[in-house]
Amino acid sequence: MTDSSQNGGVERTFFLNDPKVRAIIYQVVMVAIVVWAGWSIVDNTATNLNERGIPFGFDFLTAPSGFGINQSLIPYSESSTYGDVYWVGLINTLLVAVIGVFFATILGFLIGIARLSHNWLIARIATVYIEIIRNVPLLLQLFVWYFAVLRLLPAKREALDLGPIGLLNIAGFYAPKPIFGANTWMVGVAILIAIALGIGIRFWARRRQMATGQQFPIGWTFIGLLIVLPLIAYFISGDPITFEYPELARFGPQGGIRVIPEFIGLLLALTLYTAAFIAEIVRAGIMAVSHGQTEAAHALGLRNGPTLRLVIVPQAMRVIIPPLTSQYLNLTKNSSLAVAIAYPDLVSTFTGTALNQTGRAVEIILMTMLTYLAISLLTSAFMNWYNKRVALVER
Amino acid sequence: MAQQTYYVRDTLAEQQPAPASTTGLVGWMRENLFNGPFNTILTLLALYVIYSVAWPVIEFVFINGVWTGDDRTVCTTAAQGGIQPDGWFGGCWAYVGAYLNQFMYGRYPFEERWRVDISAILLVLALIAVLVPNLPFKRWALLFAAIVFPVATIVLLTGGHFELGGFFFGLSGLAGLSGDFAFFADLAIVALIVAGAGLLAARATGSNPGSVVVPIIAVFVGIGVIMAIFAVDFGLAPVETAVWGGLLVTMVISVTGITVSLPFGVLLALGRRSQMPVIRSLSVIFIEFWRGVPLITVLFMSSVMLPLFLPADTDFDKLLRALIGVALFSSAYMAEVVRGGLQAIPRGQYEGAMALGLTFWQMMRMIILPQALKLVIPGIVSTFIGLFKDTTLVLIIGLFDFLGQIQSSFANPNWASPVQALSGYLFAAFTYWIFTFSMSRYSIYTEQRLHTGHKR
Repeated sequence: MTDSSQNGGVERTFFLNDPKVRAIIYQVVMVAIVVWAGWSIVDNTATNLNERGIPFGFDFLTAPSGFGINQSLIPYSESSTYGDVYWVGLINTLLVAVIGVFFATILGFLIGIARLSHNWLIARIATVYIEIIRNVPLLLQLFVWYFAVLRLLPAKREALDLGPIGLLNIAGFYAPKPIFGANTWMVGVAILIAIALGIGIRFWARRRQMATGQQFPIGWTFIGLLIVLPLIAYFISGDPITFEYPELARFGPQGGIRVIPEFIGLLLALTLYTAAFIAEIVRAGIMAVSHGQTEAAHALGLRNGPTLRLVIVPQAMRVIIPPLTSQYLNLTKNSSLAVAIAYPDLVSTFTGTALNQTGRAVEIILMTMLTYLAISLLTSAFMNWYNKRVALVER
Repeated sequence: MAQQTYYVRDTLAEQQPAPASTTGLVGWMRENLFNGPFNTILTLLALYVIYSVAWPVIEFVFINGVWTGDDRTVCTTAAQGGIQPDGWFGGCWAYVGAYLNQFMYGRYPFEERWRVDISAILLVLALIAVLVPNLPFKRWALLFAAIVFPVATIVLLTGGHFELGGFFFGLSGLAGLSGDFAFFADLAIVALIVAGAGLLAARATGSNPGSVVVPIIAVFVGIGVIMAIFAVDFGLAPVETAVWGGLLVTMVISVTGITVSLPFGVLLALGRRSQMPVIRSLSVIFIEFWRGVPLITVLFMSSVMLPLFLPADTDFDKLLRALIGVALFSSAYMAEVVRGGLQAIPRGQYEGAMALGLTFWQMMRMIILPQALKLVIPGIVSTFIGLFKDTTLVLIIGLFDFLGQIQSSFANPNWASPVQALSGYLFAAFTYWIFTFSMSRYSIYTEQRLHTGHKR
């Protein structure tokens, strides 16, 4: 529009009316505002910290923490450092997140399919479950499980006997503890061999199907291998794994692995809550595959099983995966509610106790936030990559 | 061989009623519950689940529930020092009734609670005016909900009479002004500067100066009027936010979060789709940062770090800090929802609007946003629902919202009993459920009403 060469070198419009110039001005103003805001935040923080006599730095991470943590997968004691507190917390967060994701996925898929069931009662039960769970705050559900339901369990000196599963009382769940004998490595090796064989057979079966059209039941073979080989190894090596069962002694259950009640409460709340959301995602995904697909598959002579496995599920997964990822992330982030019931996760131990003891608010909150941010970004990066692989290739 | 016709039917057969086993309740059950062995097993299983879940709930709530009483004796068994028979297990609704006022208002002074009630009525009026379709004066209703309602509620709940001060490089201080006068003097100075800049720009670009300067002046006058209302002493006793609690705090946080997140979310979404690289990347960083961290850490940040970020003399109350955290957090989520809507609008709409010579903001206001927002109403409402549920998290930073108030009532030994927690939580769950479930129903209703496309 302002091409001056075509109208005798005369600028017809003022430069402020040029969208490009305007864009530059807007952006310069924006950068100025952001830089000014950032600088004043940093400046104010520095001044305030100075006034309160709090130094800034990460040297406190090597100082001894002096408090105990009641669940830790890595060696930790009261003389461990704040750096160790961070790792213990992070691992506990990841532990509850991973186990929660596992159960929530299974339960969510079951409920999602149940809601589409032709059985009227089953579908109604699934609907009621979803509508109740989704509409009640997670924190409240966590409180219900931890402060109301788990408190109804037997007192410390008694226990609910769950038979071979273990003992349960108000102080936690006591599971049988596997004790690995000297030759346990053989079982591990057998599992590895089974997996390797499975991959090999899959490769071979693919090639054979491409060449001859003959199919091979890969899934069943793999499951068989995975069961048979370790079993053989188990007996060859002479029954190496024994279980130490918890027993009810005078002062409560003894032995076994103790799972703290905070973990049980948090896991229950996270799993049941997220499962309701996953169920809705699964339902939407399955419904997004048009009925014509099923009819076409039937017309091609596929039975119900293969129709589901080869036609419906792969297409539904495309719709399901992106929101499913964000549910996984939500679960991970929601595990920070642990602080409300004192499950020793990252927020509870590090952002809670460690912050109170050291007063290093800026460093600790920054580290916590960046940790969660890193988990989120890594997961979404991985899921984007996976999503791209399964996405529809359009021409 | 002669053909012999034995029987020819010359009328249509009477239509027989369908077999009894395929109609009515029996038929329905055979079709939906007992068609095949697998389904029968499922049905029986479902019946068992219903029996084992629903019956204890009914027993707890209604059959064993205690509705009247003055202290813990009515809700404890004889062994625990009460009047109920051993093995009794039921809801202690008498306790909920005794605490109901606290659950609603927190420690808000008793004689000032009418102010909360009026705010609640205003909220309901604003909601009805905005949400019920086909009511007249929609524009005025929106104005009421967006400006009159917040200003009135802030004055009512806090008592108003805020102390204002100069804010513009101490200019008014030089003239010997202080307090409210300094604020309004500074406001006038800023208004003049901005209007002057607008006038110059309008002159330079050759557009109509009136169309630039008049809106600027109007905005500043509006700000001035609102601030004046805040500054005036209406004779209401000041009520610190520290004594607010219960459903009041829950509603304050969620309503603020909702009203702030929508406009900011739209701006951020537009920023993320902007052609300008700086604005786009700033929006992306902002959105992804808040979406990547849990709300708890945001609340920790706003309660611990916000005071550090601001000049030392700024006094910030706890509720306001939480509000800022929630608003930032929900804006980022809202931005992603709105972006989904913007992406779904076909390019032709943008091009059409540009071809008509609309400016960017005109195009957005009149063509794109109405369509985009309409598309994402379900997403917006579910963000609201999420926000409403997330308000419970403020109890972790020491505010007493509805759940926090219930949680803190357990400390009183007067009502202590094994069923107290469960009763309180059930009541809380029921209340939250009413709110969120009606929100989701409204969303479905709106979706169907606005579904102007073809239905299958």
